[in-house]
Amino acid sequence: MSDDKPDNADMPGSVVAKQVPPVVNRRKQQQRRQFLRTLMLAAGVVGVSSMGFIPVARSWNPRLRPPGALDEAELLAACIKCGQCVQVCPVKAIKLADIMDGFGVGVPYVDAREQSCDFSCDGLQCILACPTGALSHKLNYPSEVRMGFARLDRPDLCLAKKGEGFKGKIRGPEFDGMFRYNEIDRWKPQRIRDQEFDLEICDLCVRHCPIEIRIAQCEAGEPPSGDINQCPPRHAIELRPVDEGDGIRRMRPEVLDGCVGCGACEMVCPTSPASIVVDIESMVKRV
Amino acid sequence: MSYLTESFMQLLGRAPRKPKPEEYTPEVKQIHFYKRGEKVDLEAIRAEHMGHKSHKWRNRRWATLISVNLLFLVSYYFDVQLLEGALTGSRFIGFHMADLNSALQVMLAYKHVVLNLLIGTVTIFVLWFLLGGRTFCSWVCPYHFVAELAEKIHLKLVERKLIRNHEFHRGVRTVFYVVFAVLALVTGYTVFETVSPTGILSRAVIYGATLALGWVAFLLLFEIFFSQRAWCRYVCPIGMTYGVVGLLSPLRVVYNVEACKHEGECRKVCEVPHVLEPVIKGRATDVTVPIGADCTRCGLCIDACPTSSLRYEIRGLNKVL
Repeated sequence: MSDDKPDNADMPGSVVAKQVPPVVNRRKQQQRRQFLRTLMLAAGVVGVSSMGFIPVARSWNPRLRPPGALDEAELLAACIKCGQCVQVCPVKAIKLADIMDGFGVGVPYVDAREQSCDFSCDGLQCILACPTGALSHKLNYPSEVRMGFARLDRPDLCLAKKGEGFKGKIRGPEFDGMFRYNEIDRWKPQRIRDQEFDLEICDLCVRHCPIEIRIAQCEAGEPPSGDINQCPPRHAIELRPVDEGDGIRRMRPEVLDGCVGCGACEMVCPTSPASIVVDIESMVKRV
Repeated sequence: MSYLTESFMQLLGRAPRKPKPEEYTPEVKQIHFYKRGEKVDLEAIRAEHMGHKSHKWRNRRWATLISVNLLFLVSYYFDVQLLEGALTGSRFIGFHMADLNSALQVMLAYKHVVLNLLIGTVTIFVLWFLLGGRTFCSWVCPYHFVAELAEKIHLKLVERKLIRNHEFHRGVRTVFYVVFAVLALVTGYTVFETVSPTGILSRAVIYGATLALGWVAFLLLFEIFFSQRAWCRYVCPIGMTYGVVGLLSPLRVVYNVEACKHEGECRKVCEVPHVLEPVIKGRATDVTVPIGADCTRCGLCIDACPTSSLRYEIRGLNKVL
């Protein structure tokens, strides 16, 4: 570069020898520094964003996904992280994951214990709202959904299994969870805490199962929205008697293959922790 | 054509080049000739223009930006279904809209394109093509807004010589663009969305605060203490996408050389000062020169200019207006 010449030309003049050594072209030096800085910026941003892979690869936060969600990896790819599904849910069951979910940031999930999906929209509104097909538009009816699969996780805690009934408010007066009780209001989900129960033997999970509710409606000749396609083809849960030889009348909730994994049973289970929980579909080994 | 190439190359990160003599029109050559002959006392001009202070476009822009982002919130909060979703993907009175970069990431990662997404993408493409491309950045993006406030702090610190600004090579934004596109395609994850402050902030405004805001705060601190407007200038692929959309946009800022005193006030306030290269004395190749596609149409330069040499223009409509 031409800028070098004057510096070099000064070299022999030993009078200013002390100031001569920095012959390195300043502009070049600045450019090199800028280049290195830029390289570090690139590495930094790409590095930080790639760290989002860790929670995904290690399954730090296995999530119950909304109805119609594609398989986990595909869901994270297809979801545009806009939350339109969040906005249409009548019971506000859908939340968006935070940064601790890495690549899953902004992807919808359902915390069933706090607020499960109860299909009170009937029409799978979250699926209809999804602009990218991350919640697959191929599903039309609640019975076609497979978010997960319920399992009696703590039979020792289950009231029915202990032969006990249930009286009072489910999960106490502070609980915010909502559920649509058809007989109260077809269009408006109610606070669960506003309902009083008095059951000889606890069957809360069965009576809150959206699939079982639909089957009962259909059997009564009143399918949801008057559409017989809404009628689930298979049962999802039932109470079966258990005989432990002690003369106590015990029942055990049996999850059947019509279960869609919505998590309503987990939400309304009055024991702490919940006796019945939903295993997440992506975690369930399929036979 | 050469304007377009130059505009595109600047978008990719090339430094603006000095025009060759044959690129100047005879009219502008004459103006440059007279200006060269004039005696200029820049100090006197600056003193004369001291009182010039306008925030007209900035205020309009901030009002728009805040309104748009609040509309998302209000629409959700009162369930009026006016503008549903977030900036990455939304529905305006039922019409699908998808942020172009978010949609691109999804398409590359998922490798399927749903019709609704395509409709949303085309809608947004047409919208921002008409409105100027990077207009999205300064008039809608919530990160742009907070970064603008952070920039004020940064400039104060620089003025007091407490810190200095560190520049990066602008070409790195192109590298980011390619890297994030390739990452989406290869890994099958929308990697960029994990760190996109636009998405994070937009969702936080609508759905409530998240830990992800910590990342946004880090970026702002980085910009305050280390590098002015770093994310918007050197990283954001969203800005890059909208820059390309705005290449041929009818709405742009134009510069007229005649009354300009070349004080450079506009370049001081500009987020992307390289686009204002034509305002440097002797650089304008025509009497009026359109500003390049990397311009965010924020209007700060228009506000700053004491001689009204910069203004918005809608190509084709000027005769009508």
